[in-house]
Amino acid sequence: MALKFVPRATMAAASIALLTASFASACSSDNGGNALDQNLTGRGPITYVEGKDTTETGVVKQLIDRWNAAHPNEQVTFKEQSADANQQHDDLAEHFRAKQDGYDVVALDVPWTAEFAAKGWIQPLKDTFAIDTAPLLAPTVASATYNGTLYAAPRNTNGGLLYYRKDLVPNAPRTWTEMLGQCQVARDNNIGCYAGQLAPYEGLTVNTSEVINAFGGSFVGADGKTPTVNSPESKAGLKVLVDAYKSGDIPKEAITFKEGESASAFESGKLLFLRNWPYLYAQANADTSAVKDKFGVAPLPGNTGVGASTLGGYNAAISAFSKNKATAADFVRYLISEEAQQIIASGALPSVRASLYDDPALIAKMPYLPALKESIASAVPRPVTPFYPAVSKAIQDNAYAALNGTKSVDDAVAGMQKGIETAGS
Amino acid sequence: MSDPSGAKQRGLALELRQSGKAWLFVTPVLVALAVVIGYPVVQAIIMSFQKDSGIDPATGMFVEGGGAGLSNYTHWLLQQCNTLGGVVACPTGTLGSQFWSAVGVTLFFTVVTVSLEAVLGLGMAVVMGKTFRGRALLRAAVLIPWAIPTAVTARLWEFMFQYDGVVNRVLGTHILWTSDVWASRFAVIAADVWKTTPFMALLILAGLQVIPADVYEAAKVDGASAWQRFVHITLPLLKPALLVAVLFRTMDALRMYDLPAIMTLGNPSTNTLSILVVEQVRQGPNSAAALSTITFLLVFAIAFVLVKVLGANAVRTQEEQRKAN
Repeated sequence: MALKFVPRATMAAASIALLTASFASACSSDNGGNALDQNLTGRGPITYVEGKDTTETGVVKQLIDRWNAAHPNEQVTFKEQSADANQQHDDLAEHFRAKQDGYDVVALDVPWTAEFAAKGWIQPLKDTFAIDTAPLLAPTVASATYNGTLYAAPRNTNGGLLYYRKDLVPNAPRTWTEMLGQCQVARDNNIGCYAGQLAPYEGLTVNTSEVINAFGGSFVGADGKTPTVNSPESKAGLKVLVDAYKSGDIPKEAITFKEGESASAFESGKLLFLRNWPYLYAQANADTSAVKDKFGVAPLPGNTGVGASTLGGYNAAISAFSKNKATAADFVRYLISEEAQQIIASGALPSVRASLYDDPALIAKMPYLPALKESIASAVPRPVTPFYPAVSKAIQDNAYAALNGTKSVDDAVAGMQKGIETAGS
Repeated sequence: MSDPSGAKQRGLALELRQSGKAWLFVTPVLVALAVVIGYPVVQAIIMSFQKDSGIDPATGMFVEGGGAGLSNYTHWLLQQCNTLGGVVACPTGTLGSQFWSAVGVTLFFTVVTVSLEAVLGLGMAVVMGKTFRGRALLRAAVLIPWAIPTAVTARLWEFMFQYDGVVNRVLGTHILWTSDVWASRFAVIAADVWKTTPFMALLILAGLQVIPADVYEAAKVDGASAWQRFVHITLPLLKPALLVAVLFRTMDALRMYDLPAIMTLGNPSTNTLSILVVEQVRQGPNSAAALSTITFLLVFAIAFVLVKVLGANAVRTQEEQRKAN
């Protein structure tokens, strides 16, 4: 009855605090060890894991049905995760930390690839697992490469596009100066000039990287760790964005825009220019849209020529804990094959194979493909670093502070540099 | 003919038997608590003294961090971040730099929302306690905000507070409710008060209803005004129920996560401690464990103060309550 001697108030406080403060405790992670050397020749049924398939054509089901028809003894089962990227990441991480063999081939959002590779959770695609990257768009391969080794096959990519009102400006601008020079048209029509995704979330990292990359700046060196962002080029890039926001060329409310809000502003005719992903094309051409047939798409604007898009999309990787890695490798190769990529492109997901962007049948269906090809050809992957969440946070928090005026552009860029230096410690 | 020593012995035996039975009934609960609460808390404390895994520069692969001493704690409390060049003050854009501001925001939200909810809840409870036509309807209607899941509430208020949303239209303003420092804090507080005042009101109403009517009658006979009756009878007799309600809500508010996370996502001016913990889990779970432990200690300290100083007691036995009354 030792409990009797504890003051009652202490007990009461402790029990209440305990009940209310239950926080997630992740189990300790240790490295895959030699899991990377096991089951290399295993064959049999496998599981493919990806976030919710939102394509109208049901791309994943089509891909798997076709594979399964040809491989009766190596059937693929689709494990569909939620639509939320953070949950997808955490679900994969939990399975891999526990070294479970239930996930054989996993779709990784582009910026996670380095982290999963460095944790030893995914199989390097070399030796018997090597894939032919020659027909693939070079930046997509770079996004799946960590420390000089390819760790995943780019499955589909994504690039930013500049949507512009072709009824108001006849030609798409190629540079930021050209674009902002046309803002008078927006003022004459009483609409906003330019917007992207500037709310403090991953979208702001993407938008900031694009403008900094367009002006020749970069974030981390080839090693994925050394920060390189504190440069005159980066400052020039961020300054363009910040000045446009301060002058009102980017409307005040754009600092609250994510993809959805920015898309509805454009669709309701309130913006002259918008940076967004290709998905908006079909949506803005629907009957409900006020800008149906009144807009065009172009590659993102740059400094002296076309700008640099950030790459989105998914990479397919083989789990280090898979029992059937040989089958998994075949399935990964199948995903980047011409026939699989046709299915992917028909579902309005940008393909990783360069040749499909010139396919007349696809261009007829998706007229933005030539602009997208140009955008992706000059694309720069997001910083390839195993500490991506911290790096992304350093970029977005400082860019946000520069936009809302609590920090100067120079301080913000210096802050990004310092933030990236402390990432991973 | 009484035998005092025999009675004492019988009493002792009874007590022992009863306490034995009590332990029998309590043990399963204690075991369950140890598993679902004790284990995670102990595990979090152990983790908090270990370094997060870092990159081996030679291989580019993660390696275990090893023992960390107190460095995970100094990281938060002193806002020290590691770099290759040594320890520096955490720069903007790191989670470490947001610790004290998150503590401030959490405490600010707690004090403001709990005070507002206590005052409004008291008013609502007094109205609901009166007898009038449609009372049942009113009580049901008051409960609606509490019945809506918090995530849904947060989305509703997020839509209303959008730049072209209903709030700006009705007020004729152009305020960035999810982005401006104070506007966003106000938005979160408004949503929280709307959602949880009914809970407060119900707890207080329960307290009101145990106050016997004859006390009021006696006061009336003695010529006390309505205000005097409220201040000298209602409030003192309501104190135990009110304090329990405040205690519950304070604990709740200190771990606020969902409302700001959904309504003002990523905005540093509404980042609470729980949001910081969840963000840190993705960057390094051991450091997040230290932050959880700090949060736990903070919640504990505040609960202790409320229980000890104000005498709020949510776990008092009926017996004690009878004695106290």
